[in-house]
Formats: sequence, C-alpha cells, structure tokens
Amino acid sequence: MNGIRKYGFTLMLLLGLLLLTRFNQKVGWQAVELTWSSIQNMLFLLPPILVLVGLLDQWVHKERLMKYMGQKGGQKGILICLLLGGIAAGPLYVAFPIALLLLEKGASIRYIVFFLGVWTTAKLPVVIYEWTSFGLTFTLLHIGFGLLFYYWLGILFEKMYSPHQILSKNKA
Amino acid sequence: MISGVVLYAIAIFLLGISFQKNRSKTKKAIVKARKMMLNLLPDILSIMILVGLSLSILTPSFISAVIGDDSGIVGVILATILGSVALIPSFIVFPLGQTILHNGGGLPQVAVLMSTLMSVGVLTLPVEKKIFGSRFAYARNGAGIVMSLLFAVLVWGVWK
Repeated sequence: MNGIRKYGFTLMLLLGLLLLTRFNQKVGWQAVELTWSSIQNMLFLLPPILVLVGLLDQWVHKERLMKYMGQKGGQKGILICLLLGGIAAGPLYVAFPIALLLLEKGASIRYIVFFLGVWTTAKLPVVIYEWTSFGLTFTLLHIGFGLLFYYWLGILFEKMYSPHQILSKNKA
Repeated sequence: MISGVVLYAIAIFLLGISFQKNRSKTKKAIVKARKMMLNLLPDILSIMILVGLSLSILTPSFISAVIGDDSGIVGVILATILGSVALIPSFIVFPLGQTILHNGGGLPQVAVLMSTLMSVGVLTLPVEKKIFGSRFAYARNGAGIVMSLLFAVLVWGVWK
C-alpha cells in the first residue's frame, strides 16, 4: 500500500508515456528510449555517490568539517565548494544529498548555497561543452557572473535561514 | 559512462579501506546509502520519465521557432518558462543550445534557456523540498531564475 502511494506519480507518468506511444509511436518510442538511457546514466552515478556520502558521514568528524566549511571557513570553504561542485558529474538531484550531508556536519548555509551554485554553473565536464559550443567570452561571462551571484546569494541566504530550521524539516 | 566506472571504482576502493579499518562504521555507511537511495528512487524515476518526455517533445526546431532572434522580451519569458520546467541532462544542454542558435534562436533567449535548464527545476522541486524544506527550495529556484535573467541582460549588452 505504502509502495503504491510512494510510486503513484511515477506510475501515472508511466501511463502517460504508454498513452503517448499509443497515439504517436515515433515520439513515444523515442521518449521511452531516452527515459531508459537516463535511467542507465542515473544508475552509473547515484549509487556510488551515495556510498561516498555514507562513508563521508561515518569518517569525517563534524569538528573537522566545521573548521573548513563552518561560520569561519573563509577561503578554504570556498575552495572546497569549487572543488566539490566543479569536478562533479551528474544532474542537480545528485548534489542534494551531498549538500544535506555537509549541512548535517555543520557546514554553514553560505557554503551550501555556493556549492549548489558551482554545481549549476561551473561543473568542469559541462564547462568544456559550453566552451566548444559558445566560445570563451560567453563561457567566462556565464561562470564569472554565476559564481559572484551565488557567492552573494549564499551570504543573503545565511541571514534568511538557519541550518536547524532546514534540518528539522528534512525527513529523508 | 566512463565517469560512472571511475566513480564505482573509487567507491568500492574506499569501501574496502573502510571495511578493513572498521566494519561497523562501513556497515552503517552502506545502510545510510541504501536508505537515501530508496528515499530518492520514486522521485528520480519520475524525473527520468520527464526527461524522456522533455527531450522527445522539445525538438531543437520547435524551440528555435518559439525563441527566435526577433522574439524579444516575450522570447526571454518563454525561454525562462521552458528552461525552468523542462529537464535536460546538463551535458546535452550546451550542444542543444548551439543547435537552437543555428536554427535561428536569439542569443540572449538561448542563454536564459540554458541557464534555467541548469539551475532551475520545477519538476525536481518535490525532491528539493523534501530535502531542504519548501521555503529554501522555492527561494533557491527563484534566485536561479533571477540569475538567469540577469545573465541574459549581460549577454544582450555584450553582443548587441
């Protein structure tokens, strides 16, 4: 019963996919194939990343992480965000569990927001695509502006939200 | 695919080291990973189906027609909506943007489309809300839209 409720929306979408295929076979099959290939991609990325998150949770002490990404993290915190977000592979939903773990370990909101910002604007593998498709000026403008924006947003969000408030809401 | 293999190798390697040093910690790590996976799975499978639908319905020629070079502010607004709702894997975003540009899309409109595709996710909001609470999730996505619009203005200024 619980399973049906949890997967209700997924089943609805699956039904939609079937209906689409029924009415327009070409578009429908394409959607099915694309869905299947993104599921394969997800299976390549998500499980190992979650295992790494689990290991990080067990082995990295809260005090140590706070030293780098806590209130007084300073430039080290920024550097860690750039590294974590920059070498990242995968869509944004992979970043959420990582961000949550950092938050649980005492990272300040400023770095969480900046980390998510780096993930959405300056992932290295994607930057390469951006550079080859749109040239250097466009890419630098996008990344430079994006990073400044999210750094500033982090400072703003830190004033608006407290980590406890977010952690208490999270039931996952 | 290659990055996936590398990730699996790293994860297995570190699990091995962890297991040698402390079995119970390693077990807890795996239990936590499994729990997160099962929590995320229903939403993520929905997301996958929506990705398939987005990519098959939104062809480059369709998008180019909507956000053409002379579509102006309306084109920017449409691009923002399209980019916020559609789900397209990030490594496809820029090649797709290039194709749209070649098919007659305007640069500021394409810029806002790509930027919102990467940073705003209306369809991933349920996952984000579950993890960070709704206030934070809405604010972050709203900020993503603001950032993308400002970026479009910048692009407009530089290339006009």
